[in-house]
Amino acid sequence: MATIFIPAQLRTLTAGIEQLEMDVHNVREVINQLEQKFPGIRDRLCQQDQLSPSLQVSIDSVITSRGMIAKIQPNSEVHFIPAIAGG
Amino acid sequence: MATTPYRVIGTRPVRHDGTDKVTGKAVYTADFKLPGLQAGFVLRSPHAHAKILSIDTSEAEATAGVSAVVTSADFPNVQNKIAHLGEGSVNLAHLSANCMAQDKVLYKGHAVAAVSATNVHIAEEAANKIVVEYEILPSVTDVMEAMADDAPLLHDDLFTDDLGQKADTASNVAVHLHFEKGDVTAGFEQADVVVEAEFKTATVHQGYIEPHAIVADYNEDGRVRLWTATQGSFTCRQQTAEILQIGVGDVLVTPCEIGGGFGGKIAVYLEPTAAILSKKAGRPVSIQMTRTDVFEATGPTPASFMRVKVGAKKDGTLIAGEAWIAYDAGAFPGGVIGPGCMCVFSCYDIEHAVVDGYDVCVNKPHTKAYRAPGATQVAFAMEQLMDELAEQLDICPLEIRLNNAVKEGSRRVDGPVYPQIGYVECLEALRDSDHWNSPLAGENRGRGIAGGFWFGCGLKSSAACSVNSDGTINLLEGSTDIGGSRASLAMQLAETLGIDSSDINPMVGDTDSVGYTDVTGGSRVTFATGLAAYEAGRDLQSQMKVRAAELWECEASDISIADDGVFSGNGKTAGFKDLAAQLFSSGEALVGRATVAPECPTNGFAAHIVDVEVDPDTGKVTILRYTAIQDAGKAIHPSYVEGQMQGGAVQGIGWALNEEYFFNDDDRMTNGSFLDYRMPTMLDVPMIDTIIVETGNADHPYGVRGVGEPPIIPPPPAIGNAIYNATQTRMRELPMSPPKVWHAMQSSD
Repeated sequence: MATIFIPAQLRTLTAGIEQLEMDVHNVREVINQLEQKFPGIRDRLCQQDQLSPSLQVSIDSVITSRGMIAKIQPNSEVHFIPAIAGG
Repeated sequence: MATTPYRVIGTRPVRHDGTDKVTGKAVYTADFKLPGLQAGFVLRSPHAHAKILSIDTSEAEATAGVSAVVTSADFPNVQNKIAHLGEGSVNLAHLSANCMAQDKVLYKGHAVAAVSATNVHIAEEAANKIVVEYEILPSVTDVMEAMADDAPLLHDDLFTDDLGQKADTASNVAVHLHFEKGDVTAGFEQADVVVEAEFKTATVHQGYIEPHAIVADYNEDGRVRLWTATQGSFTCRQQTAEILQIGVGDVLVTPCEIGGGFGGKIAVYLEPTAAILSKKAGRPVSIQMTRTDVFEATGPTPASFMRVKVGAKKDGTLIAGEAWIAYDAGAFPGGVIGPGCMCVFSCYDIEHAVVDGYDVCVNKPHTKAYRAPGATQVAFAMEQLMDELAEQLDICPLEIRLNNAVKEGSRRVDGPVYPQIGYVECLEALRDSDHWNSPLAGENRGRGIAGGFWFGCGLKSSAACSVNSDGTINLLEGSTDIGGSRASLAMQLAETLGIDSSDINPMVGDTDSVGYTDVTGGSRVTFATGLAAYEAGRDLQSQMKVRAAELWECEASDISIADDGVFSGNGKTAGFKDLAAQLFSSGEALVGRATVAPECPTNGFAAHIVDVEVDPDTGKVTILRYTAIQDAGKAIHPSYVEGQMQGGAVQGIGWALNEEYFFNDDDRMTNGSFLDYRMPTMLDVPMIDTIIVETGNADHPYGVRGVGEPPIIPPPPAIGNAIYNATQTRMRELPMSPPKVWHAMQSSD
């Protein structure tokens, strides 16, 4: 099971749950399962069918550029973090 | 990471572009000329905040020699679409409105119209005939004042975004971020010592020596050709195409040599304007910014206000941290508050932490990245608090850092866990350095240390290598070369193939010639485009194995390639150049190519030591000695790694001691020249000593990490700590300029 970390700003939607285990294979499945458990969370993470441009996904500390189709392994850690730009 | 000794990597060959640079033959954008070239001039707002009631361009258009006049009315109506630019994203409506003001001007220097003419003097004269009727509005440049409920509003449609949830009322606060790790309340309850303070930093500019410049030629077939100074030709292409509402394939960007960027030459400013002028004029148009334009109308890095609190146990173990951070974004949303929040505690393993961050619009130019964007401000706070904790606990400042330094497995406040990193190794190198072990004597002198972290990124890079008949190679790659990357890429390809870097002619291609490549930024080029060069070399070797098998009458699987690049098979051997020459006359030409998109951050750390002397009569701080230490993973060309470390350190020294934007009562910048904006010169700093730490990076074949950004982070807090060590006066505001230091010393007496 992958471990999904809920951003602190969204924990009002998850009744304070900070992380949860999920049987998922990619980011889209994470979003879909989160939405099923915590309605409204998809709108906070996504714009239309894509991740919000202000966010990026870290999977096992690697920032994926593959968005919703990024693969997740059974023991992966998934974080939603702000998009950053360097100089 | 390869374990064999390198032939090329780690050596210091002459850079391929060196001769052109030192003989003045290198072509910068301002050098570039086309037949019929018109000169452009941009009319800019004298006000910090005003409605544009009307613009009358009739007199300008009637001026002899004028070929075109443009205002925002000539720009397509761009929607609030978010464009992904590889590294970060941008709201196109804001980007367009920043290039040319629409209904309001939001800072002094905001472009309101532009003119092209047969020469720049006529263009300027005509631009000054443009009549702009303004309704002046109240303005605000201080980040805390801009957050007040009664602050002048820059955008009446800006509602604070709280991770996807919008506020009900408009304000200048564009974004609120919040991070939590552990239980910060419980953490502070466990702390034996708590330190807390407020810090402020000033607006500072990257100060690149080459002002922005552009040559645009809007062709009759609808295609736009741009020659420009940019950190990313493909990003420039996309931004220009989006603003002009044409296809990216209709824009060709040729990157000229570039005189520095440091994050400030990623956004477009002049490109769309020059293209529209060219379209209207029917001739190519050149625009060059003055230094004042650069200061007033391009993106500096944010001023900030921070309140940071850290708790530790008696043995010095950090247990809790809390940060409240507000960065100004300038005139439009989208500053660097994200990485600021993520970096404030990124050097230390803290069990419990909470961070709140705010991105705030003010009447200044839209802020942009500046080497490790957002990290230097928070380091100024956190790294001084580390010293304050050390003092209260009677622990050596280095020891408390070593005991709490992040390492493999440490979790950042934003969540991700570090892989193998090198902060401990940097601090150990500092501990073992001659500088740290040399006593500092004399009155009013002090020593300070500080650390810094920057993520580093991969993104997309492409490269192609064409083999010549003599076995030399033309390497075509897409990363504009700001810090000697042509040399570092050629060296990696040379190492891969077993030839000399002088056998390779590296060239930065235009957007029609080379595969997509993201910006030169994020300390990524030697890492990611280097990986592309390596993979292109491997592709070449794979092709040559097949061809060598034909030549040597054996199977490709019989061909082996040694670490030195020598091919062997069926009793025959040949080095790369010999084999390439043989293959050239026996079939197709050899072209290797690669495109890569590594996703792993390179996690760069630095630690600096500085000795200062403070003049008690004036508050002037003199840098006596400075040593920069940094984990480069593996230094491909050590001279250029050292150059990055030295350059970053000197920029950080300027940020620490002198640099700031001054605004008058009308919120107009008043020091927009290098005479009045005080950047350090070679007379202000000693030789910056460097120590390169090489911990390797498992995500790169030669172990490269990014090096461009970390060295700007430690200087302000290291100097702040040194000033305290010298004077027992704690500085909490940047710059620590003579009057501020003098006043602080008087207050602390």
